[in-house]
Amino acid sequence: MAKFEKANSVGEWLDQRLNLTTFNKVMMTEYWIPKDINFLWAMGVLLATTFGILIISGIFLMMYYKPDIGLAFDSVNYTIMQEVAFGWLFRHMHGVAASVVFLIIYIHMFTGIYYGSYKQGREMIWISGMLLFMTFSAAGFSGYMLPWGQMSYWAAMVITNLFGGVPVIGDALVVWIRGDFNVADATLTRFFMLHVFLLPITIMGIIGLHFYTLRVPHVNNQNSEEFDFDEEAEKYLAGNKRESKVIPFWPVFISKDLAVLGIFLIFYFYLVFFHYDFAMDPVNFDPANNMVTPAHIYPEWYFLWSYEVLRGFFFDIAGVKAFDVGLIAFAFANVIFLLLPWLDRDPAILPAHKRPIFFIWFWILMADLIVLTVYGKLPPTGTNAWVGFFAAVAFILLFLVLPIVTKIDAKKRGAL
Amino acid sequence: MSNKTNRRDFLGYSFAAVAAVGGAASLVGMKQAWDPLPSVLSGGFTTVDLAPIKAGTPETFVWRGKPVFVLKKSAEMDKSERDLIIGEDRFIVAIGLCTHLGCIPAWKDSMWKCACHGGEYNSSAKQTFGPPPRPLDVPPFKVDGTKLVLGETGPEYNAISAFVATQA
Repeated sequence: MAKFEKANSVGEWLDQRLNLTTFNKVMMTEYWIPKDINFLWAMGVLLATTFGILIISGIFLMMYYKPDIGLAFDSVNYTIMQEVAFGWLFRHMHGVAASVVFLIIYIHMFTGIYYGSYKQGREMIWISGMLLFMTFSAAGFSGYMLPWGQMSYWAAMVITNLFGGVPVIGDALVVWIRGDFNVADATLTRFFMLHVFLLPITIMGIIGLHFYTLRVPHVNNQNSEEFDFDEEAEKYLAGNKRESKVIPFWPVFISKDLAVLGIFLIFYFYLVFFHYDFAMDPVNFDPANNMVTPAHIYPEWYFLWSYEVLRGFFFDIAGVKAFDVGLIAFAFANVIFLLLPWLDRDPAILPAHKRPIFFIWFWILMADLIVLTVYGKLPPTGTNAWVGFFAAVAFILLFLVLPIVTKIDAKKRGAL
Repeated sequence: MSNKTNRRDFLGYSFAAVAAVGGAASLVGMKQAWDPLPSVLSGGFTTVDLAPIKAGTPETFVWRGKPVFVLKKSAEMDKSERDLIIGEDRFIVAIGLCTHLGCIPAWKDSMWKCACHGGEYNSSAKQTFGPPPRPLDVPPFKVDGTKLVLGETGPEYNAISAFVATQA
């Protein structure tokens, strides 16, 4: 056993047992961040904070929520909204944070894509990040189901039905996932379990992994400049702060993060207090009814792009059923981002504005995702259906041409 | 290989065997915990009386929490091998969930039209437009006089579902 001496303070006592000084250095004061990064790199701290808000507001909601199809709707819309002191606030904070967290995740993701932060050496950061996106999506969806309104019910119906597309076992799989022939009480209770326990704890684990993946390859920077972090850190520690290309996370870089966080929280609470309804569909204030479908159903805004890819294929192609083409395209849309580090064939890490064709590719992708999102909410009839079809095809084509695009850029630069 | 290594290997293999059996048994148990409960399975029967149904407008019944459409065809509607013929009357019996993603289509101008993704089905429950990959599904049923017992299967059901399977 290590040798323990009489401690002169609580801090010293803890330090001897938990090595807090070293821990603090590794995690905070000697965790090095490049100087050359902008506010877009603050999204990690924003996400961690928003996740914290979700957990805390969720705990308060859980104290009154009832995961039973007979009670769920009233426990949310009457008990929590009308009776519980500040219940409305916790609900709106939870609902708005659930929506805003996706806005920040998307900004975080596309910052990574723009600056090439998913490439060589940083693949695990990208993969763990995409796993977080997937688990957040599952958590968002399972939470959306809990108020047991019409949109909740039919969202659950559609999403669980998607598993019917699995060959051979599809139909049995759908019944198994629901625990009933229909979306019913068993479904609600198990989704409640997923939403309040299994998914959050999985998310926390992956957040830990995501943070850890950063420690070896370090954070990218605006110019994707490669430098020796140890060397730069030595300069900083020697007092040569001006020449050093890095700053410590705490207390230097965090100050910028907190400034961005301040602005974000003003925006967030503005939404919570004045525009909480943007994240709430009026249809979801009708109690779930398994005998009436709402005229037009669509997911929350953050799933619209992949929903539109799913339904964009509304006619059979080359003998393959429209339904299957849609499902395949949907599956493609949900895994293709994961493969980005290998689709990008450029050997160098560079920001998009230094890769001319990739730069165009990036902004076409942005535009296409916006088109998919907008049309995902519109009824899929007439011209809308065709816009959706072409946008979905464009989405797939963009990823198919990415290896070629990135190779051409590299060749022009003389790197290949 | 020394004796000691063999001994360690044996311990390792023994543990792997115990863990594999235990793991597999746990997975089976966990899978079954998610299966529908016996009360859910046993409650899955509904009896529908066909006699009072009027020709030309479909009625909706609930079976296993799902809507079931029963349409008595009027004289001008097409005949189909899918029709359930009872005496002089022709009926269409179908689960009222769009085979695309499970929305409930509504009856409009002699067809079922799904608002969600624009799928359409004719009066014989066959898909005529949009993303639905197959006709509306046939619920298992047994004919008992003028009554339909949903959840059991009879010869009429077997004939009709065999025909529908060719229509996909």
